[in-house]
This record gives sequence, structure tokens and C-alpha cells, in this order.
Amino acid sequence: MRPLRLLAAEFPNLACEQLTATDKASSKPKKLHLKPSEGAADSHTEQPPLSPTSSQRLPTLPNNLTVAEERPAKRSHSSTSTHPHPTGDHETDEEVAFSPAYDALVENEPKGKMSEMSDDDFLSGGSDDDFMDESMDSDFEEEDGTQYLDDKDDKPQKKAYEVDFTVLTEGEIKKAQSDAIEESCAILALTPENAAVLLRHFKWNKDRMIEQYMDGSQKLLEEAGVDLTGSNKPELKTVPGFMCDICCEDEDGLQTFSLRCNHRYCADCYRHYLSQKIKEEGEAIRIQCPSDGCKVLVDPKSITMLAGVGVLSRYYELLNRTYVEDRENLRWCPAPNCEFVVDCPVSQKQLHEIVPTVFCTCGHHFCFGCGSNDHQPCPCGLVKKWLKKCEDDSETANWISANTKECPKCQSTIEKNGGCNHMTCRKCKHEFCWVCMGPWNEHGTSWYNCNRYEEKSGIDARDTQAKSRASLERYLHYYNRYANHEQSGKLDKDLYIKTEKKMTMLQSASGMSWIEVQYLDAASKVLQQCRQTLKWTYAFAFYLQRNHLTTIFEDNQKDLEMAVEALSELFEKPTDQLANIKVEMMDKTAYVSNRRVILLDTTAKGLQDGTWEFTVEF
Amino acid sequence: MALPKRIIKETERLVAEPVPGIQAIPHDDNLRYFDVSIHGPAQSPYEGGVFKLELFLPEDYPMTPPKIRFLTKIYHPNIDRLGRICLDVLKANWSPALQIRTILLSIQALLGAPNPDDPLANDVAQRWKEDEPGAIATAREWTQTHATP
Ligand SMILES: [Zn+2]
Ligand SMILES: [Zn+2]
Ligand SMILES: [Zn+2]
Ligand SMILES: [Zn+2]
Ligand SMILES: [Zn+2]
Ligand SMILES: [Zn+2]
Repeated sequence: MRPLRLLAAEFPNLACEQLTATDKASSKPKKLHLKPSEGAADSHTEQPPLSPTSSQRLPTLPNNLTVAEERPAKRSHSSTSTHPHPTGDHETDEEVAFSPAYDALVENEPKGKMSEMSDDDFLSGGSDDDFMDESMDSDFEEEDGTQYLDDKDDKPQKKAYEVDFTVLTEGEIKKAQSDAIEESCAILALTPENAAVLLRHFKWNKDRMIEQYMDGSQKLLEEAGVDLTGSNKPELKTVPGFMCDICCEDEDGLQTFSLRCNHRYCADCYRHYLSQKIKEEGEAIRIQCPSDGCKVLVDPKSITMLAGVGVLSRYYELLNRTYVEDRENLRWCPAPNCEFVVDCPVSQKQLHEIVPTVFCTCGHHFCFGCGSNDHQPCPCGLVKKWLKKCEDDSETANWISANTKECPKCQSTIEKNGGCNHMTCRKCKHEFCWVCMGPWNEHGTSWYNCNRYEEKSGIDARDTQAKSRASLERYLHYYNRYANHEQSGKLDKDLYIKTEKKMTMLQSASGMSWIEVQYLDAASKVLQQCRQTLKWTYAFAFYLQRNHLTTIFEDNQKDLEMAVEALSELFEKPTDQLANIKVEMMDKTAYVSNRRVILLDTTAKGLQDGTWEFTVEF
Repeated sequence: MALPKRIIKETERLVAEPVPGIQAIPHDDNLRYFDVSIHGPAQSPYEGGVFKLELFLPEDYPMTPPKIRFLTKIYHPNIDRLGRICLDVLKANWSPALQIRTILLSIQALLGAPNPDDPLANDVAQRWKEDEPGAIATAREWTQTHATP
């Protein structure tokens, strides 16, 4: 495992750097929606009110940050995507890659197809190098501090949090289907139409299909809509004396159609029917004969012959949709209007040990497991739990029931925020006992000590209250930080545009070229990514048992958070200073990016090895 | 717009060969709109009641099912307070080969055989499961109060 403070030596000024809020008034951290002290209480001992937003331990909470939306405000297929590309087309590589730090940064971008690195690549180095390598090892392995810079010389290696995936176009999806159909035709000696029908019926599970086909269950084939007689040449017929049961037309020469069940209707009604099913009801592979209760399926050939162009194109679209939805290794990119499909081998069963973030060609990155925006390092199951928890007000309700009561006289809500039980309602000045709710003057001489307070029931009540309060405070600790990063992200939806503006301003101010100001863009991307990651680290940490590993995780988290604040502060500097801090900024960008990699990598390894201990099952 | 042949034929037949216990009469000014009455089936808690319904044939009928609703208050696990009916042939299992006549027969059959496992009116269905005799008594009462001419 890598040491935590890998690069601390390189950036000695980072830790002690004072993070100051800038004038960015718009990015206020989100206020918690819970307002505990509505009715206000007076107890004799003043105690600071429960204030979940305050934290002494956290370095300046990101007032000044500008980063972190999950995706560009405007998604488009253009090259202005603010996101790392799976294929790694670093437009500016040659020009900017003069700094080792920048190299390291570039390398941290996710790789789409890492698997191309084969063993051969390692072996082909030849044995000549072996000797040299050995002799040089001692020279190079001086200190951890330089390790990440060396990494860039290594072959790209898949990190524990990265998954293999490919992005497919609609054309490729169609080709995959026709390939599967062709293959099945060859194996089972079926017509392509029947093979397609059968494959769809088996949700493209070829093995299961072949197995069942070999078992030769005629009924099953019929159910699937396979016509083995081969006589299925759909055609329109005119039948003397025919009357259509749907439209009641009976004129001579009426074109009619029927499936093998011989439920015959006029062609117009059939077309109408298909259009209703396909266009209105979105049905494609399970359209039955229009006759009441008849289970015979309308086969693709018949649909092709009968349906009009508009209906047919929708039909093919639906077939494609069904194909993707039926395959566990495929998922449509959830970005609006994006028509790419991601192919990823991670199955639903693996989701407790890996968080499969994938990067669509359109620029959107999302979780292949659940389809939501990237939520590394937090596994899908915990994400679901966390979101549910945040949605539920049950925590708040708990808190309220444990910490507030109604004044027995005027019913206004009173919060108990001190240890004393002698309560005075602020509104009506009624004095009463918090424990028994009785009037205080009846307590006589037992000052501050209700008789019942010492009784078991009183102690229990106090315990529950304390527990509930502690659990709420714990939740709020994580929730606030989570919400904070989320909020910073939301407030900065226009970050990319702002960055572009900055870059333009910087160019005219400093005479730098467009290429030379790309470090700002790099910084903004990294900041966004890190915000997203940080946000989910809090949900993750919330469910961790307290142990050694958790402490390490939180150290990593803190390192990343501090680095992000520092970079973000640089990023917000006035334009005239930006040129002077270019190198510093690039170094910090690389550093931040690397902190993120370390955090994600160790977390992912822990998930894979099952070393994390959680407080819940998921 | 001219009335489709199918609707004309169906209407003619409904008038010429009425189904026992069921009446469906189109409005003069809107031939797609029917006043329907169904007699409660014998040996059911609805026996003796006459239930009024409204039926409307939408533009794309018979590709889509007719719209039907009870106007008379009825205590039944598959019929809600607004008179809407939970019946498969009125939804997913609709076939353009079905007719007004067949649908009304299905509704009549539903009165004879309530299905509390596929409920629309949840509280009624609940009661039907927990206290069938009580529910039937209520259904009978309602029939008395609301459906007796
Ligand atoms: Zn049929
Ligand atoms: Zn017809
Ligand atoms: Zn996409
Ligand atoms: Zn997920
Ligand atoms: Zn009061
Ligand atoms: Zn007391």
C-alpha cells in the first residue's frame, strides 16, 4: 500500500496554507434544512445549540470553491466536453506535456480499454534490460515522494477502481445482433427470421437457447413465435364473402391477412392494430394476433410486410432497445438524447465489490451498475441507502422527538439544549420540569432534580435521548460535508464557461497562446472530478465501522479535501495573477488528481478484498 | 365524421338482439355515447339491483377499448368510488375483436364473481378478504339503497 502522505514533502506549504474565503458570495455552503431551535428554550445552563454546520476539525469549508458538477452544464457531442475521454485523446499533449506533473495528471485519466496491455508487452522487453533494471532499482527507489512521477514511465496499468468497458454506437448494436443471429442460424440450421425470434425470446442468451432448442420442445418454439414449417410467407389474400370482425367491412376484393392461427382480418385493420401496438404501446416482440385470447405472435416478417415506414422504424428502434435492455453487459448512456451504449462486463452481483464508473463518448460519466451519475468510491447499494436516508426525515423526526417538547401551557415547541430540567417557556414564561412536564413550583426543594429523574424510567428516557442525539449528530456530520460538495457543484454549473472566459482573458493579458493556458482547463476538470468524489466519500464513510482502515480512509479524504481547497483557491485568483502561478497550479493540479487516484484506488482495493467493515448490509 | 361501420353494426345488433339483463342505448346526439344498465346477477349481493353505467367509444375504437364507468354507487372490490372498473379486458387484454356486448357481459360476470386479489377499491377489497360475510352484507345494503328503482 502506498504511504498516505506520499507527496507531502514536495508541497511543504500545502498543509499550513491558510485557506481564505474569496469574494465569491454566490457559493454559500448549503444550510441544513433542519432548524432545531424553532421555539427556543431557556434552560439555565447555556450550551451552544446543536449546530451541525460548524466543524472545528475541517479546514475552511469550501466557501470559495467553484467546482464540481457531475457533468457539463450543456452536454453535447462536440469536443468541448469537460471530461476525460475514455480513449484519451489529449489534444494538447505535445504542447503542454513539458511538465512532469502534467504528465502524471494526464495519466490519471480513466482508461477505457486498458485490457489491451497484454502480458506480451511486458515480456517483449527482452532479457537485456533485466540486468540494468536490477542495478538501477536501488537508485530509483529512493523515496516514496517521487514514486508517482515515475509512474508515468510505466505502462498504463488498470487501477483498482477502473473497469473495462467499450462505448458502442447504434450501428454496432445492430451488428452485434445480426452476428448473433447469423451464428445461431449456422448452429441450429434455422432461418435468420426464426433465429432472431428465438434469440429475442431467450433474451439473447445463446447457450440457454441452444440447449432448449436441442431439447426440442415444440410448444416452447411455438410460444416464442417460431414457425418451423418454413411455410410462413406472409401474404395478403382476398377471400370471397369475407367480413372483417374488427371494422365490419365486407366489400368484394377486400385485402385480408392472417397468421397461422387463421384469425383473419382486413389488412387495414391489421395495419392499424400494429401501429397501435408499436407506436402507442411500445410493444415489439410480443404482439399477439388481434383475436381475443389468441396467443400467436405477429412475426417480424409479417410486421415488415404490413407496417408503414414510420411504424417500422419505431419497430426497429424498439427491437434495439429491447436488445440492450435484455443484456446484462449493456446499458444505454443515460444522458439526454445520447444514443451510445456502454458495454461493461460488471454484473449486478459484483456491485458490492466494485463501483463501475464508465465514460460515454458524449462526455457523460456514469455508474454502469445503477445508471446514476458517477458515485465512486461509494458502492451502488450504499448510494441507494444514503439517498433514501437523506430523503427520509426520520432522522430529523427522531431528533425532534428526543430534543423538543411542547410547552404544557401554550403548546409552543421547546428545545432542550442544556442539561437542566427547569424549563422556562420563552413565549408564555411558564416554568416546568422537562422530565415530568409538571409545573416547576411543585418540585419544591428538590432543585434541579425531579424526583422521577432518578427513577429507571427517567434514566432510560435520558439514554434514548442521548443516543438519538448522538446518532443524529453523526449523520449530520457526514450529511453536511456531502451536501456542501454537492452544493458547490450546483452553484458552479457554469464553471466551464467561466474557465473559458478566464482562459481568453488570460491570453490577452499575458500574451500566452490558447494552448499555453490549457492548464486552467485541466485544473477545472480535476476540481470537478474531485468534488464529485469527495461528495460520495462522505456517504461511504458514514456507513463505515470505526476502525483502523476507516481512520486511514478519513486521512486520505482529508488530504484530498485540503488539496482541493488549495487548488480551488488558486483557481479563483484574479486573472493578472494567474500567469505567474502557472507552474504552481499545474503542480497542484497533478497533486490533487493524484490524491484522488490514491483514495479511489485504496478504497476500491478494499471493496474487492472485502476488508471494509460496514455498519449496514447492502 | 361518419360513424364507422363497425359501430353502426354493433349498435344495431345491441338493439335487435339485446343481451338478457343488459341494456345499452346510444344517445341521439352522440352515437358513441351509451347509457347502459346492468341487472345484478342472481345469487350475488347485487341481485335485484339495476346499475347504471356510461360507455363511450373513443376515436380509435376498436383499436382501443371503450371507456366505461359505473354511475350507480356500488360496493365491489374491483370498482372504485368513482365507478371505475378494474377489468383486464378493458386494459392490457383488450382485443379489437371484442365488442361492447362482450365487455358488458364481462362486467356482469364481475358482479357475480368479485376478485378481491386484483382490487381497485383497496379498502373494499381489504374488507372482502378479512370479513367476507360483512362485506357481502354491505354490498347488499348498498344495492338496496342505491340500485333499487
Ligand atoms: Zn389468432
Ligand atoms: Zn377490418
Ligand atoms: Zn452518452
Ligand atoms: Zn451505481
Ligand atoms: Zn409556553
Ligand atoms: Zn419533574
